[in-house]
Amino acid sequence: MGEQYNGDSLLEMFVFETTQNTEQLEKIILETENERHFSDSAINEIFRIMHTIKGSAAMMSYSYIASLAHKAEDLFFFIRENSSIEYNSSLISDLILLCMDFISSEVNKIKENTELDINGADEIIIQIEKCLEDIKVGKNSNPKEISNNLPSYSFKAILYYEEGCEMENIRAYSFIRDFEEYVQNISYNPEGIIDNDDTAFEIRKNGFLVFFDSNKSYNELNDIIMQTPFIKDIDLTLLDIEKCSHECTDIKPEDKKDVKNVLIQNEEIHNNKAENHQSAQSIISINVSKLDKLMNLIGEVVIAESMVVENPDLKGLELQSFRREALQLHKIIVEMQDMVMSMRLVPLTTTFQKMHRIVRDMSKKLGKEVMLEFIGEETEVDKNIIEHLSNPLLHLVRNSIDHGLEMPEERITAGKSPEGKVTLEAYNSGSNVFILAKDDGRGLNKEKILAKAKKNNILFKPESEMTDRDIYNMIFMPGFSTNENVSEFSGRGVGMDVVMQNILSIGGAVTVDSIERQGTTVTMKIPLTVAIIDGMNISVGDRHFTIPITAIRESFKPKKNDIICDTDGNLMIMVRGECYAIIKLHQQWDIETEIQELTDGILIMIEQDERRRCVFADTLIGQQQVVVKSMPDFIRRTRMVEGVAGCTLLGNGSISLILDTGWLMNAEIK
Amino acid sequence: MADLVNNFIVLEEDTQSGRYLTFNLGKEFFGIEIKYVTEIINMMPITSVPGLPNYIKGIINLRGRIIPVMDIRLRFNMNVLEYNDRTCIIVALIDNTDIGFIVDSVSEVLTIPESDIVDPPEMNKSSNKFIKGIGKVGEDIKLLLDYHSLLSCDDAEIFTNLAGG
Repeated sequence: MGEQYNGDSLLEMFVFETTQNTEQLEKIILETENERHFSDSAINEIFRIMHTIKGSAAMMSYSYIASLAHKAEDLFFFIRENSSIEYNSSLISDLILLCMDFISSEVNKIKENTELDINGADEIIIQIEKCLEDIKVGKNSNPKEISNNLPSYSFKAILYYEEGCEMENIRAYSFIRDFEEYVQNISYNPEGIIDNDDTAFEIRKNGFLVFFDSNKSYNELNDIIMQTPFIKDIDLTLLDIEKCSHECTDIKPEDKKDVKNVLIQNEEIHNNKAENHQSAQSIISINVSKLDKLMNLIGEVVIAESMVVENPDLKGLELQSFRREALQLHKIIVEMQDMVMSMRLVPLTTTFQKMHRIVRDMSKKLGKEVMLEFIGEETEVDKNIIEHLSNPLLHLVRNSIDHGLEMPEERITAGKSPEGKVTLEAYNSGSNVFILAKDDGRGLNKEKILAKAKKNNILFKPESEMTDRDIYNMIFMPGFSTNENVSEFSGRGVGMDVVMQNILSIGGAVTVDSIERQGTTVTMKIPLTVAIIDGMNISVGDRHFTIPITAIRESFKPKKNDIICDTDGNLMIMVRGECYAIIKLHQQWDIETEIQELTDGILIMIEQDERRRCVFADTLIGQQQVVVKSMPDFIRRTRMVEGVAGCTLLGNGSISLILDTGWLMNAEIK
Repeated sequence: MADLVNNFIVLEEDTQSGRYLTFNLGKEFFGIEIKYVTEIINMMPITSVPGLPNYIKGIINLRGRIIPVMDIRLRFNMNVLEYNDRTCIIVALIDNTDIGFIVDSVSEVLTIPESDIVDPPEMNKSSNKFIKGIGKVGEDIKLLLDYHSLLSCDDAEIFTNLAGG
């Protein structure tokens, strides 16, 4: 993906950061949407993100992104400054999501080096401006009415400016001018700040004293003042607490508490800041290629270690302390290996959370009520695999909502709650991760699938022999989705073969189960990592091969009586009443070996897609976790190698070829 | 800053341009541009891979990197020679592809100026396709390799290989 921009680390950083920021922003918007009103922290966060995007886009001279972010920033600046103003949060959410979509699509274009849509931002900018105007004009009268109803309190504030900021008197004057918007009956000391430059020294020394009345809460005022540039510190106090305390208890009990705990509050703010700072520092992002390299190196260390410890020069020597130290080294290396592996594992949380968006958009569009539930989203999966999961999941969720879930009225008549439920579940099982996409919709309709399959001629078995599962799983067949009428059918179909292809490409499997009128479950079984597999090492002549353990059913020494030879000279073997074809590796690949007779070697039964075959090899060497390496580019480009899925390094540094079980099943036997 | 880096690259290329690593196969001397060579290693165990043409001997494990190796003798249809102590693998990085060349022995690094290189004569269509030029060094002659044709496994060749094997 996007190798072109690899050379420019600044650009790479920009793409990475902006992608992260847009994802974060989307999350915030979706979280706050239900509340009808943005919380202060959400507004601040959105403001901050927009600001960051603006800054970095301007730096990379993508001025149209910068100006779009700037407009969005303006909008939230206004909302932040006028916290009591009323606005339509769902409209703003839509607008910001539109912004995000535009920015992320542009970032993708930048990454892939395709042509940018420089004028695309203009339209959104106009929309934002209009929205901002509406808020300013349409709703401005409301907050004043409200404010008249609220009692106002008298405050005293002492402002301290940052050292060396100069012209404190002018700054104080502009502060008063801005501050008059929010408060009444303002008075300050020293007076005459605008005419008398000497007041600057006074303010610098004693601070700038302001008295005013306001109906705003203590915290709000504190925030407003702290936003003034160059303010180092403020000392804000509510005057005559006694007088207003009884009023406070009725209306805003928090405020009273706030006042009494001024110092504590301030300290907490500082602590929070420190904490935020720390958490930002404890995570760094690393280029995946570096991790890959590190893993390769660790693999090397393991081999180098065994080469040193089992060095032939050491044979027959009494090496007590050497052995002890070597054991220590071994422990450390094993721990390092685990660590590197775990570094590549990423929780599914972000992948799952991306689904919120599609659920929101679709439920709005289709008028269905949808609840999205996650189970076990903290399950960790290899980084390389996660990249392949997003699209299939998106497809599945979309299908569930579009075809699976019924309209609210239909659900009520069926005796279900009007709100449809889509569940994404993940859990570990052995060396696999299972990811389930469930819905409680109407389920798949067998008859319609069968009819469809017959029409497209993709039935692979006589109808009477098909189990329910067979029928349901036909929706994954490539022929199934080509018909344009598919969405009218009971179930899925749109792009299900895409889901299948994606999952197969990472060595997984997909199955679907369904109960009519109760829902559908799609199960994806995915290997935890593609980088390390459990393998059985076998030898043929002087060559070594590795077979993935998951494909092996059993291995056994064949008895002479069980071996059958047909009229064409093909060998077969009877095992417990079943007959299996035998593939002799040494014959298949012209490998010299002394073991020619089946009874001298060993047979390994391989299973793939419910088909079985036996592979004949000289001996089993043993089971081992192996790091899968791909074949060199040069060899892959020749396209002449069949039956080899990759290679791996054995403990002694020699190379073992990993057999492609799919090929073993289908190869023409020589 | 950027200029500086560019200058440096140009400079580095300058020191390498016109310089060739020479090796021999039997009596013939060959040259490969030094900028492609990453290292020279002793002969090591080669794992053969089924299905490849005979001149690609297989793959080796070079400190964790899996690198294909090609026997230049077989590639040029020369007679097979038993590998010995002097047999070397020249590991080269050509167009982002790692590849090892098995040669009888390496000799030295030489500077052959452009003016001392002549085009190979045209004999017939298929001959000399691995030779890019002929370099003159004093009395000696070095055949300069065209690695692109060396690396390309075109269809015609696969066909002949299949027919032959």
